[in-house]
Amino acid sequence: MARPIRVLVAKPGLDGHDRGAKVIARALRDAGMEVIYTGLRQTPEQIVAAAVQEDVDVVALSILSGAHNHLLPKVVELLKQENVYNETLVIGGGVIPDEDIPGLKESGLAEIFTPGTPTQVTIDFIKENLKRCL
Amino acid sequence: MSLKEGILNKDKRAAARLISMMENNDPEAIKIISALYSHTGKAKVVGITGPPGAGKSTLTDKLAKKLRQEGKTVGIIAVDPTSPFTGGSILGDRVRMTDLYTDPGVFIRSMGTRGHLGGLSKATLGAVKVLDIYGCDYIFIETVGVGQSEVDIVKAADTVLLVMVPGLGDDIQAIKAGIMEIGDVFAVNKADRDGADRTQVEIEMMLDFNHSEWRPPISKVVALYNKGIDELYDNMNKHWYYLENSGKLMEKRIRNIQLEIIDLVQRELMDRLVGNEEKKAMILKMAEKVAHREMDPYTMSNDLVNKVILKNS
Amino acid sequence: MFDKEKLDKIKQDQANWNENKVGKALSKFPERKKQFVTGSNQEVERLYTPADVAELDYDNDLGYPGHFPYTRGVQPTMYRGRFWTMRQYAGFATAEESNKRYKYLLEQGQTGLSVAFDLPTQIGYDSDHSLSEGEVGKVGVAIDSLKDMEILFDGIPLDKVSTSMTINAPASVLLAMYIAVGEKQGVSSDQLRGTIQNDILKEYIARGTYIFPTRPSMRLITDIFEYCSKEVPNWNTISISGYHIREAGSSAIQEVAFTLANGIAYVEAAIKAGLDVDTFAPRLSFFFNAHNDLLEEVAKFRAARRLWAKIMKERFNAQSPKSMQLKFHTQTGGSTLTAQQPDNNIVRVAIQTLAAVLGGTQSLHTNSKDEALALPTEDSVRVALRTQQIVAHESGVAETIDPLAGSYYVENLTNTIEKAAMEYINKIDTLGGSAEAIEKGYIQKEIMDSSYEYQKQVESNERIVVGMNKFQIKEEAPKGLLRVDPSVGELQKQKINELKAERDNKLTEEKLAVLKTAAEGTDNLMPYIIDAVKAYATLGEICGVLREVFGEYQQSVIL
Repeated sequence: MARPIRVLVAKPGLDGHDRGAKVIARALRDAGMEVIYTGLRQTPEQIVAAAVQEDVDVVALSILSGAHNHLLPKVVELLKQENVYNETLVIGGGVIPDEDIPGLKESGLAEIFTPGTPTQVTIDFIKENLKRCL
Repeated sequence: MSLKEGILNKDKRAAARLISMMENNDPEAIKIISALYSHTGKAKVVGITGPPGAGKSTLTDKLAKKLRQEGKTVGIIAVDPTSPFTGGSILGDRVRMTDLYTDPGVFIRSMGTRGHLGGLSKATLGAVKVLDIYGCDYIFIETVGVGQSEVDIVKAADTVLLVMVPGLGDDIQAIKAGIMEIGDVFAVNKADRDGADRTQVEIEMMLDFNHSEWRPPISKVVALYNKGIDELYDNMNKHWYYLENSGKLMEKRIRNIQLEIIDLVQRELMDRLVGNEEKKAMILKMAEKVAHREMDPYTMSNDLVNKVILKNS
Repeated sequence: MFDKEKLDKIKQDQANWNENKVGKALSKFPERKKQFVTGSNQEVERLYTPADVAELDYDNDLGYPGHFPYTRGVQPTMYRGRFWTMRQYAGFATAEESNKRYKYLLEQGQTGLSVAFDLPTQIGYDSDHSLSEGEVGKVGVAIDSLKDMEILFDGIPLDKVSTSMTINAPASVLLAMYIAVGEKQGVSSDQLRGTIQNDILKEYIARGTYIFPTRPSMRLITDIFEYCSKEVPNWNTISISGYHIREAGSSAIQEVAFTLANGIAYVEAAIKAGLDVDTFAPRLSFFFNAHNDLLEEVAKFRAARRLWAKIMKERFNAQSPKSMQLKFHTQTGGSTLTAQQPDNNIVRVAIQTLAAVLGGTQSLHTNSKDEALALPTEDSVRVALRTQQIVAHESGVAETIDPLAGSYYVENLTNTIEKAAMEYINKIDTLGGSAEAIEKGYIQKEIMDSSYEYQKQVESNERIVVGMNKFQIKEEAPKGLLRVDPSVGELQKQKINELKAERDNKLTEEKLAVLKTAAEGTDNLMPYIIDAVKAYATLGEICGVLREVFGEYQQSVIL
């Protein structure tokens, strides 16, 4: 049996709306993945430290506070510093205006999922875009 | 840098990757751990278990912080159940430990039980060895004390900390029957609630039946408010000194390793017997023979085991 | 309400109708679905008749507006006296910018203010804290000290407006600042009108802007109850909120149940702190969501009113009628808005507005169509306000009281929701009350189950969300969204530096030290916090002192 995909689901920043993060965590679990959930109010440093120690395939970031342009690229930058970015798929979700998405992708986010995205779309995206094999 | 050099140089990525490889039963990782086995045995291994909702993660967090104040490094392995239906899991123990994430002296790893027979202890004990080589002074293994395999993991520790809470009611009976006897140190968490004294008395009464040299001490703690942690820490250390000074440490470790070897042999044999589709098909054929009463199942299995053992001896 | 003979005949006729008419119709035209359910998964029958409300006792179950059990409304004349308060939640960036927006809204005919704070303020961090980076001024206004509060209400006479502040963990600090601003304007505290949200339990459950653990948080809340009952008698000391519980994905029943369970916990805490129920209960207020299932939502509001009245009377033995009246603010459902075809949201908001008004709300915030995308622009906020004005002035639904009463369906649904909510409350009681049920993760898990179920229904197209999973179009990315100037953070930092250079630092430190000692003891903390605020201690400094004494809350995650 192939190993399960390991995903870190984290909420950077201070907003406490974790409905989306929890729904995606459950959906990924039900798709057979191992989801490491880190809870609210995580700094980019905390997220990256957890990603390294948990040796995850995917870092999924949910943010609704509007601080995405600041916090999401920071996570990518730190993953690069730790030399794990080339093996880690980084995706984001939340209330993120379309016009911010190109910039976020340029900074290293593989995809941004906005409100209304079916969880299956996210699941398929992860399966098709892993950076290392199972 | 190779993984071997990496882990000896305290590279967290190398440690993390090796743990993954142990979880995935990668022969390469077993080779590395075997080569570095002489580096293990230095860490004090503490198993932490108790019923769901006892506050084990919060308590682990506070104990780890206490150890950090004392200048010790800490590894934490948090085990959560995997869904038997989907093979997936949500590992959420980290939520209680967020302050520790960026501490260079702490390594936290979440593991799913992944439902493989007996493989849980192999993966978890593999992770313990990795963190031991990596250089953690203390290693905590945290699991929910419900299933037999989870209990087996904590039994592999030098010290088992059993966490209880007031107000479990009838549950305490069930837990008593299952895991109470494995505790070396007890904590009654959430001790600011009604019924803490009663829980303590109940544990005391149960310990009265235990006539070994070491009488497990009980600490009342409120992990959330960081109360009673110092006393609990002292009790853990007392147990350690007792083990060391009485010579029981080596005795206990030999017994644990004995169990580990038996477990590994069992897995290895199972693997060789039924480890791939070809072998499973072969056994199916044999079953057909037995079903047609051409042979009996006892002779059949005996032959099979002999064949595996002889072929490799 | 009906005599037995008549009921029997109705039941008989209905059975005949079902067999003959319906059976025939179904054989030709099957119904759209096997099972019909409400927005929160309650089964809906084909037809409701007097038989479905046979047990209803008009006097005991409905009564008259302004009379126990207040099912039909808390005031005797309701909207014939005056309309609900139209109160748009607003605030962003700096105090200066928010002040401008408030003045604009007041000019547009809005009748009350509703202040949104940014996340660092809500969590008790100053703008120069490392965790505040990127968050300053984003979801609301940044308030670091009394100085910012003075700017926020500059030119707005506090004896003329009522102000609602969405602030919870540091509610006492913001209330203290409001009192201090009033004092500077020459408005005494007994003239101040407004509300602080101050509902920490739902922060633990659903909204996440908590600071302190449960016990000290409950103490801060009961301190406010006590202080205000003497000094700020017209202030609503808490807004017990189902809104965020619903946003987190609960059903309508769970919204009522968990909100009232939290309400019970606050009342118990206050009684335990030695307060007489009738001194503080009249100032408790509630805050609910309004979703699209119009009739279920109306029933929800009516059920909540009746249930709370009974709880206060029977469980807490309240004597004053005011203690039994559930007064509530409503906000239309943010989570019902779609990022796709945002204009459709205007229609959703209109339906939800009807639900709130037909349900007898005391005040209402209508969401703007672009809120699934970003902060609302001035234009979209105006449309949202106009929606309320159209319902008030043109729809006619405000001309009589509780117009849906007596609808077999609505009365039946009101009963169902009340009963199911009561079952939840009983369950929470057996778990040791709301705070305990939250710590065990029970409430969060129940909500999560509903929310995941809903998600699956949407993804399988069992539930249609227009424009999202059906009737989609190709659309361009929306333009002209409101952006908060990223330099706000720097600006606020600069203001803090200036403040710390200007103020009497010795006095500030002294007041903070006194506050710390008080926090370690059992005194009511409000006067100490007011003193610290007046000495220009920052929000972060005050919360910092309290963090040292109280510690911080640990999230309980059960997935």
